[in-house]
Amino acid sequence: MAGLRLTTLIPLVLLTVALAIYATVAIATDQPQFLTFDNLLSLLGRSIALGITAVGQTFVILVASIDLSVANLISVAAVLASFIMDGDPSRMFPAVCAVLAVGALVGLINGLVVAKLQVNPLIATLGMALILQGLLSASFNNFAGAVPESFQGFAYGQVLGVPVSLIFLLGLTVAAWGFLKFTRAGSNIYSVGGNAEAAKLAGISATKVIVMAHVLCSLCAATAGLYLASRLRSGAPWIGRDGVYDLESIAVVVIGGTALAGGRGGVWGTLVGVMIFSLIDSTFNIAGIDAFAKQILRGVIIVAAVAFYVARSKRMAA
Amino acid sequence: MSAPAETPGRDTPRGGLLTRLGRVNPVFWLLIALLGIIVILSPNFLEPFGYMNFLRRAAPIAILAAGQVFVLTSGGFDLSQGAVVTLTVIGSSILLGANPDATAFVIAAMLAAGVTVGVVNGLVVAKLKVPSIIATLGMMITLGGIALTWSGGAPRGYLPDTFRFFGRFMFKDVPLVTILPVAVLVMIAVCAALWWIMHRTNFGKLLHAVGDNPRSALLAGVPVTKVRVGAFVLSSVSAVIAGILLGGFAGVSTDVGIGMELQAITAAVIGGARLLGGHGAVGASVAGALVLQALFTVLNMLGLPKPLRDVVQGLILISAVAVATWRRRRSGED
Repeated sequence: MAGLRLTTLIPLVLLTVALAIYATVAIATDQPQFLTFDNLLSLLGRSIALGITAVGQTFVILVASIDLSVANLISVAAVLASFIMDGDPSRMFPAVCAVLAVGALVGLINGLVVAKLQVNPLIATLGMALILQGLLSASFNNFAGAVPESFQGFAYGQVLGVPVSLIFLLGLTVAAWGFLKFTRAGSNIYSVGGNAEAAKLAGISATKVIVMAHVLCSLCAATAGLYLASRLRSGAPWIGRDGVYDLESIAVVVIGGTALAGGRGGVWGTLVGVMIFSLIDSTFNIAGIDAFAKQILRGVIIVAAVAFYVARSKRMAA
Repeated sequence: MSAPAETPGRDTPRGGLLTRLGRVNPVFWLLIALLGIIVILSPNFLEPFGYMNFLRRAAPIAILAAGQVFVLTSGGFDLSQGAVVTLTVIGSSILLGANPDATAFVIAAMLAAGVTVGVVNGLVVAKLKVPSIIATLGMMITLGGIALTWSGGAPRGYLPDTFRFFGRFMFKDVPLVTILPVAVLVMIAVCAALWWIMHRTNFGKLLHAVGDNPRSALLAGVPVTKVRVGAFVLSSVSAVIAGILLGGFAGVSTDVGIGMELQAITAAVIGGARLLGGHGAVGASVAGALVLQALFTVLNMLGLPKPLRDVVQGLILISAVAVATWRRRRSGED
C-alpha cells in the first residue's frame, strides 16, 4: 500500500494549485469578496449532487467496474420524487422509499448484468442509461409534480449556519469511508477490484461484491436525484444529463486518486476531487468566462486530469 | 432479442450446406427476418421507393458503424462521433451561410476537421494512455461547447441545396431500381472503401493485432500509436460524412448527432464486433446498422412512441453483448 500515500498526496497538491489559481483570479479581477470562508462553503454547496454521485461512483470504480447510467438515474429519481410528492408533505416518506427502491433495483440489474452475464460494464450501464432515459422521456416531457416546502430543507436548510446538504455529504463520505475501511464487505471491494482471481481463490464471491458496489452506486445517484428535486423544487427529465453527472463523477473519482483499473483509492480523494472541480468552476465564473467556452475548457480539463494520473501507471489503456 | 443465439453457431454438426449456412454471421439472418416482417406489415416496401428510402435513412448509421468498428477493433470506443456529426452540420451551415458556392471547399474543411478530431483522440488514447471512453467523452463535451460557441447557442444558418444534394437528391429513371438516392451511393462507396481498408490491407491486419493484444503487437514491431490514430481518424471522418448526409435530411440544430455514437456502437456489436478489440468486420457492422434501422422501422409501424426506441436499443445493446460473451465462453469451454 506504499502507492496509497502518493495517491493521497497528489489530489491535495492539485487542490492547493486550484485554490491558488482561484485566489489569484479573485484578487486580479478585484473581487476579494469571493475569498471569504462563507463563499468557499457555498462554493462546495453547489457541488453537492456531484459529490453524492461521485461517492457512489467510487464504489464501482474500486471494483474495476464503471457506471455511466448515473446521470439518467438522477433524472428518473428527481422526476419520480416530485411526481409522487406532488406538493403533499405526507407523501414525502413513500416518495423517498420509492426512489431508493428504484435506485437499488437499477443497481441490482447493472451489477447482475456486469457480474453474471459478464457484459462489459461500459456497455451494460450505457444500455441501462438508454433504457432509463427512454422510459422517462416516454412518460414525462417537462417538470413533473412539485416538492413540498418541508422537503426543500434538504437543499436549503441550515444547521448553525452550515447547509444541511453539506453536512449530509460529509456524513455520507464518513460513512462510506468507515464502510470501506472497517467492514469485511468494504475490504472485499478492494480485494475484488485489485485482483479478481486472487479474491476468488480466497473464497470471496466477486458477483456479490460487484452487485453490492453497483447497488451502492445507484442508491447514491438516486439520493443525488432527491437532492436536485429538493433544490429545483421539481424534477425534470433532463436535469441529470444536463449536469453531465456520468462523466464528471468518473473524472472526480479519478482526480481523487482512485485507479480506473480498480482496487486502489477511496472516498476522501473523491471529495477532494469534487472540491477541485467546484474551484475550477468558480474560477471560470469569477473570471467571467461564458457558459459555452466553459464547456470546452471542462472537456479539456477532464481529459488532461485523467491523462495526468494515467501517466503514472504503466498499464496499457483500452 | 435472443435471435442471434437461436441461429446455428460455430459448433453446428458438419454437413455441407448446413455448415456453411451456420458459419454465416447471425446478423444477416436477423436482417432477413426483420426485412421479411417489414414486407408483411407493408408490402410497399418492395417498391423501389420503399426500399431505397429505407436504405437512404439507414445510410448515416451504416457509415458511422463502419467507421466505429475500426476503433472497436483496436480495443477502444469512439463516443465523440455524434458530436462530430453535430459540428459538421452546424459548421457547414455557418460557413455556407455567407457563400453557398463554396460547398466543395466547406466539405473539404469539414473532412479536415474530422481528421484533426481523430488525430487528437488517437494521440490522447495512444500516447497519453487515457482510456478511450474518457478521452472521447471529453472530446464530445469539448466539441459540443465549440458547436454552441460557434453558433452562439442558437443555430440560425441554413444549408444550400448544393450541400443538401448528398442527403436529399435522388436520380430518377435509373434502370432496374427506378430511383437512386445519392445518399445510398455515398453509403456504398464509403462502406466499400472501409471494407477494403479493414479486410484487404496491411493496416487492417495490424489493427486486429493491436486490438487482440497491444503488448505483443508492440513487441512484434507494429506501430501501435499510428494504427490507433488511424482507427480514430477513420471513425471521425466517417462521422463527418454521416453529418453531411444528415444535413441534407433534416434542418440545422444542435441535437442532430445526439446518441448517434451509441447507435453506431450498437450496430457494430450486433454485427459481432468484439468489445476491447481484436475482432470486427465492416460488412457485418453495416448489416448491424441495417438491422437497427429495420427494427426502428418495425417499431414505428407498430406505433411505438419514439422514446421507447431508446429502451429497445438499450435492451438490444446489452443482449447483443451478453449473447456474444455467452457464445464465446461456451465455445471456449467446449
